[in-house]
Amino acid sequence: MGQSLDLFAAVSPEGAWTVTQVTRRARAVVEAGLLPLWVRGEVSGFKAWQSGHWYFTLRDRSAQIRCVMFQKDNRRLPAPPQDGMQVFLFARPTVWEEKGDFRLTVVDLLSTEAGGLWQLAFEKTKAALAKDGLLDPARKRPLPPYPLRVGVVTSPDGAALQDIIAVTARRWPLAELLVVPTRVQGDGAAGEICAALALLCRIEGLDLAIIGRGGGSREDLWTFNDERVARAVAALPVPVISAVGHETDVTLCDLVADVRAPTPSAAAEAATPDLGDVLVALAHLGARLARGLAARSGRVAERLDRTFDRLTGTLERRLERHRHELSGLAGRLDALSPLRILERGYALARDEQGRVLKRVVQFPSGLHFRLRVTDGEVAARAEES
Amino acid sequence: MARARDPLTFAQQLDRLEEIVRRLEAQELDLDEALKLFEEGIERLREARERLTAAEVQVKQVLSDKAGNLKVEDFDG
Repeated sequence: MGQSLDLFAAVSPEGAWTVTQVTRRARAVVEAGLLPLWVRGEVSGFKAWQSGHWYFTLRDRSAQIRCVMFQKDNRRLPAPPQDGMQVFLFARPTVWEEKGDFRLTVVDLLSTEAGGLWQLAFEKTKAALAKDGLLDPARKRPLPPYPLRVGVVTSPDGAALQDIIAVTARRWPLAELLVVPTRVQGDGAAGEICAALALLCRIEGLDLAIIGRGGGSREDLWTFNDERVARAVAALPVPVISAVGHETDVTLCDLVADVRAPTPSAAAEAATPDLGDVLVALAHLGARLARGLAARSGRVAERLDRTFDRLTGTLERRLERHRHELSGLAGRLDALSPLRILERGYALARDEQGRVLKRVVQFPSGLHFRLRVTDGEVAARAEES
Repeated sequence: MARARDPLTFAQQLDRLEEIVRRLEAQELDLDEALKLFEEGIERLREARERLTAAEVQVKQVLSDKAGNLKVEDFDG
């Protein structure tokens, strides 16, 4: 039991410990006596060092403890805590030997503020994006109605991509899907997504982009709240649909995108027209085309009809005039008819041969002749004059 | 990596078709012109319909090679 012996020795100046021995011993005692535990208190004197480690003091009304949260642990958090914030820490109590400080090595940190650190970080980034006008509704671009080339930024082996492919194949097989694969969660995912978006910008003739992933925990989806990702999405030269599969939590990526879809399938539906609808629209156009031509040729036929009518009209009017003339003529002819004269009481004398007898000399005495009166003929004989 | 396809995009094809229909529906055409437009319209309708029914979705993967050039390959996920 060397340590007990040391302790015993240290009761006299001759057996004095070194500082290092004391702090090491203190550390061993503290770590053995206080296992990792949750602690609550208020943050003060927060400082983030260049190294990425966080230093602050946790306190309540009557005491305080120095705290450190190393970069490997704090990188999982969306944002640092702020002074005055009430927090819960999961920490290992220890002694920092170099400074002789009693302190907490913080492994996890939860804020008791509404929504916690996540909400805080979200609001902060959102405000920054809003300040640059990236959340302005006027920025939203309409989606092209018949996209041929659609870029997809997502995980190559997620269900999200399979859903997008299936929906597109069913609704709009004309489309070509250009997948830019990327990790969508975990350390470094934000940087990878930004790189994928940069690659996407270089694809020629792109009509539209979809960025997304399937559902997951808030931490899983957090990459899509990264300010760099949001800015890269906002900077895309083509309209973009964001589908970060979570109905309830809207990400910043959703907010800067032109359209937000609740799921990757819904994104593919928003991106594409329905083949059936387009075929129906084509049929309508075909019908209009036929009607258009029919109306056009109908108008020509009408004009022909009118011309014909005018022609025949003229003819008829002309005929009518002729008819008038004829009937006038007939009237005149009628008036000239000798029968008409006989009607008035005259008689016409003709010999047996039918010759008209107009003079006295044509009537030798005893001549048999015939008299034509209006209703018939009578036989007559000339007397001695 | 462009797909062998009509130089007109589908949207342009539809636009042209709609323009043809509109002009045909307007009054000021000769029968001759109307017939010509009608024929073009029918041809475009046929093309568009063929394009729609023959299409099969294509999925490609876009990567960047070491030199930073775009590399497009078939995606089989």
